[in-house]
Amino acid sequence: MPLMSEVDDAARRRAIHRQAASIVAAVAPFGIVFGAAAATAGLSLLQAVGFSSLVFGGSSQFAAVEILGDGGSIASAAIAGLLLNVRSLAFGVIMAPALFGAWWHRGAMSQLMIDESTAVGAAQLERRWRRYGYLVAGLGVFVVWNLTTIVGHVAFAGAGDLITDLGLDAAGPAAFLALLWPRLSATSQRRTAIAGASVALALIPFAPPGVPILAAMCGVAAARLGPSGEDPDTRRTGERAS
Amino acid sequence: MSDATIVLIVMTVGTFALKSAGPLVLGDRALPLRMQQLVDLLPAALLAALTIVSTMGDGREVVIDARLVGLLVAGFALWRRLPFVVVIVVAAAATALTRLIS
Repeated sequence: MPLMSEVDDAARRRAIHRQAASIVAAVAPFGIVFGAAAATAGLSLLQAVGFSSLVFGGSSQFAAVEILGDGGSIASAAIAGLLLNVRSLAFGVIMAPALFGAWWHRGAMSQLMIDESTAVGAAQLERRWRRYGYLVAGLGVFVVWNLTTIVGHVAFAGAGDLITDLGLDAAGPAAFLALLWPRLSATSQRRTAIAGASVALALIPFAPPGVPILAAMCGVAAARLGPSGEDPDTRRTGERAS
Repeated sequence: MSDATIVLIVMTVGTFALKSAGPLVLGDRALPLRMQQLVDLLPAALLAALTIVSTMGDGREVVIDARLVGLLVAGFALWRRLPFVVVIVVAAAATALTRLIS
């Protein structure tokens, strides 16, 4: 019945728009904090917007800018940022069937691959709605993320005191914790998080900025891919990683 | 070319390669199970490390300051299932308030 499916389509479209809107709204303050953090770290407005549009990956942008601001090396900033985007590989595997089209079309759609677009896309059941949800959330976040990066950079440029006075330096840690939070309900994820945090904290006094974060990642990877990494949920990741 | 511009270029190319590998190269094929499990776990280690370092790190020093109060309040807000925006705002407010009092 064509009429019925048209009604269903409109309802499905509205539901996706609602999901995307709440996610886009949640991203806005994060974008402002990123713009401010970039300004504090000494990046120009063009560089800050370059990160938000060309790299387009929230936590990786924060990591790179934070390390640059702390005086870390080019290599540690770029590697830490890229390691945070390794999960895009998994997102790509999940979303590939829905991102059909010519190769250049698939390539262009890939630029929108972030946590939010993948979450909204993967939540839909049919292939065309997975694609629609992915694109709506991805484009919405892209526009708002870049606009708020500009606002944060311009409004807070050179105002480090204002950032600490308003407690915005705690917004980054809170955002990382919020991104981590949904994972903590799974035992293996929780153990990995505790191991990563312990390694990073222990290394802060002994290694240049950025290295504790890399070491946490490498420690976990070594523990997982080591010779006895067969039984992921009963292994004691924390001890091996440290 | 400034350090930030070099990092920007490297990350742009690398990130796009990571994002587009699935749709362009893998297609419908899946990663080996062990790699998939690792890719699934890496963000937990990294986000936890970033949380700790951005809360307690100051260059090469470990410091306990108002940011930790903000993080604890954020944890409480997340436990209460408050929305992302609220979590960020209460963490910033708690940190600002702690600095005002102390």
